[in-house]
Amino acid sequence: MIKIKLFKIVGEFAENKDFARDVRLQKIIPELNNGGEVILDFEGVSGATQSFIHALISDLLRNYGSEVLGKISFKNCNEIVQKIINIVVEYMQESD
Amino acid sequence: MKIHLPNSAFLGNIDPFLRTLDVTNPDKLKITTNKKWISIHPVVLSMVGAIGLTVKPSNINFEKPEAKSKHYLKRMGLFKLLKVSSDIKMTEHEPAGRFIPLTQITDGAALTKFITDMIPLLHLKLEHAESIRYIVSELVRNVLEHSLSPNGALVSAQYYEKSKSIRIGIADTGLGIKKTISQSYPVNSGLSAIRLALSPGITGTTKKEGGTELNAGAGLFFIRSIAKINRDYFMIYSGQAMYKLLKTKKTQRKASLHADPFMDRSSMDEGFPFWQGTAVGIDISLDSTEEFGALLDLIRKTYTKTIKERKKARHQKARFI
Repeated sequence: MIKIKLFKIVGEFAENKDFARDVRLQKIIPELNNGGEVILDFEGVSGATQSFIHALISDLLRNYGSEVLGKISFKNCNEIVQKIINIVVEYMQESD
Repeated sequence: MKIHLPNSAFLGNIDPFLRTLDVTNPDKLKITTNKKWISIHPVVLSMVGAIGLTVKPSNINFEKPEAKSKHYLKRMGLFKLLKVSSDIKMTEHEPAGRFIPLTQITDGAALTKFITDMIPLLHLKLEHAESIRYIVSELVRNVLEHSLSPNGALVSAQYYEKSKSIRIGIADTGLGIKKTISQSYPVNSGLSAIRLALSPGITGTTKKEGGTELNAGAGLFFIRSIAKINRDYFMIYSGQAMYKLLKTKKTQRKASLHADPFMDRSSMDEGFPFWQGTAVGIDISLDSTEEFGALLDLIRKTYTKTIKERKKARHQKARFI
């Protein structure tokens, strides 16, 4: 299991999609492919854009299916970040 | 090309300004101003900045402004950006609490820095900053990713004390919405392209529901939704088409969201001078800003409902013979 502290990478406002893609490709996917689990820790992140969250997790839902949500945990998300994650999770599952 | 900065051009009355744009002879630019007073929305400044950067500074003829408010143009950094002299003398004030001067953003790192600097410059509380940084981030990233504009995005913003609102303008001289959307969808007009671009889940990068790994086609829908729920103006101008979400009065009833922008109270036209690229203006009244979390709940419901309906529309029917 790995824990990824996003604040260190993206700062207080998570909007840079390049960082989101890098985290997904370089950290999340290798861990999932090794059978591990991932904790995305949003401590210190006060806001995020839908584009950022989409770049972070949409391809995981598309490629691994909804079951991937059993292997990823979202920690220390404030209400706004939670809602944006829920929007992306919901539309990606509806888009199947 | 010719641009005349009028006495007043805000989102409510921007149409006459747009109609006077002269985009012929793209190698030269003449800028004139109202002689008595110039009072303009940041999107007008951003448009002048964007178009000005497509012309060599030596080919820009900026007629000496005479209006009492001419200092505004200097303070907002227009002459500096266009590399033309103005002869306007003024005491430089710290921009804190009032405005974001014209800024050219050409990459993601510069955008991140701009957003970080912008919030303290506008002296915003977090509840107001949430929607404003969201809007700027999504709009500028759209430009950087889709417009292919060599000059990136031109951004400016101002706080208006009287209306207690932040007005933001973003312009580029890239591909424009019709070209971008038509990479994935058949569009027969600029307005139909804008209609698609403002609808949830539509992106020029793919026709696939849910988008690509990096694009969902949600950014402009979110921004239109923020303006709609806050009952503020939102304008998008690209090619010859302009769509404007109109300001609405606050009532007891909560504003509702439509997936189709044409169902909202709006004005639109396709007969404007051709703008090579896209310009977006938005007003955010700080007094009536809907709580961002509640807004996201509404967006989620509308978004999901639209995807379900589109999915249902694609269902194949059983054939009974």
